[in-house]
Amino acid sequence: MSLRDRFEHGLSSPICLTWELTYACNLACTHCLSSSGRRDPRELSTSEALALLDEIAAMQIFYVNIGGGEPMIRRDFFTLIEHAVEKRIGVKFSTNGTRIDTTAARRLAAMDYLDIQISLDGIDADTNDRIRGEGSYASARRAMDNLKDANFGQFKISVVMTRESVEQLDQFEALAAHYGAELRLTRLRPSGRGVDVWEALHPTLEQNRRLYQWLLARPNVLTGDSFFHLSALGNPLEGLNLCGAGRVVCLIDPVGDVYACPFVIHDEFKAGNVRDAGFGAVWTSSELFRSLREPGNPGACSSCGSYDACRGGCMAAKFFTGLELSDPDPECVFGHGETALASKKVRLRPSSSPDHSRRVPVAISAR
Amino acid sequence: MTLATESVFDSSLPWKLHDQVSLRDEEFGALAYHHGTRRLVFLKSRDLTSLVRGLGEHESADAAMTLTIEESQRASYEKALTALARADIICER
Repeated sequence: MSLRDRFEHGLSSPICLTWELTYACNLACTHCLSSSGRRDPRELSTSEALALLDEIAAMQIFYVNIGGGEPMIRRDFFTLIEHAVEKRIGVKFSTNGTRIDTTAARRLAAMDYLDIQISLDGIDADTNDRIRGEGSYASARRAMDNLKDANFGQFKISVVMTRESVEQLDQFEALAAHYGAELRLTRLRPSGRGVDVWEALHPTLEQNRRLYQWLLARPNVLTGDSFFHLSALGNPLEGLNLCGAGRVVCLIDPVGDVYACPFVIHDEFKAGNVRDAGFGAVWTSSELFRSLREPGNPGACSSCGSYDACRGGCMAAKFFTGLELSDPDPECVFGHGETALASKKVRLRPSSSPDHSRRVPVAISAR
Repeated sequence: MTLATESVFDSSLPWKLHDQVSLRDEEFGALAYHHGTRRLVFLKSRDLTSLVRGLGEHESADAAMTLTIEESQRASYEKALTALARADIICER
């Protein structure tokens, strides 16, 4: 049995655990995966969060991906990440950078086992701010400058691939080089508020083919295994090249609900809550996770010679575009997904529950 | 300083699991994560896992292999240890 097959049966603990610390966010990005904005009053308390970190350490989960919302908005942010690092849990956190002033940058630079991903979805204020909000380009760049000045070392610039940003790949590569940073590209998913913009913003087939070639030539560009659906084009991209949902990946949301992956915050993919019997119990015993660890059903892809390469693609991308999980990925490189989408007479796109979007759009002012 | 001509893994020397590496047992063997390089490495059998875990207790990697591995499999384990040395999962002590 290959390692990849074994991963499909699940591991004793996740490899890649994402923990969204809060639904509160000072931005309102149009493609937000978690429909963040307002803090949820049921958010895990500091002591609950510390206990969760202790359990994560006991389960020998090597690192956590911390996100939100904007995680740095939580008042106990540093308490939590310092506790994690003390327990030898690596921390990779995603931030919009608005809270990385010179003081925070110095504090972050003093820590070990810490990776920072600053989100930037366009190479200039024009393309970026249309997605992430006015002023967000300037604040992300300021955070990068502050980290550089504080000698943080190598941080990551994290870019969602849209129809516009995919045309700016070389410029992003140059920007990363300018900061001595790593470039990380992720896939635009129709999850959360992303469902409203996915149709207009996801890369075209032709762009996806170029992206694949670009990535193939640059194994050092990080992708978080985002683009395994493109591996059907030939040689596999770096990574496990499988849907890890519930097998090697999962998400803990700010109120302790556990979902199969960061892109499916929806009741249908909720496995349990850490407040009941802890995270470990959910990971090992949830019926949802057990069923996800069963061999997959190739469904409509069974006659495709590339099924072994892409395994039918991303579960979340199918679900939120109204496809069946046995359908091809909506961005199938051979166009089978587009055909499947077109053939649905009525597409029932599930809304993403829960929604923490703010009701009034916000503008952030430059400091 | 290691010369480029020197091999990455000299089995006559004493080795150990790198201090910055966490090892987690899995059904197929183990996952090793290097907190310094942030690299995740798979140990593809349980025997390799116990060999790696025990390296630090033997006077050399050769001695560790003699005690824990069948002679017929030695070459493949030496290859595996070489790969782990290259990834800095194990280091000389």
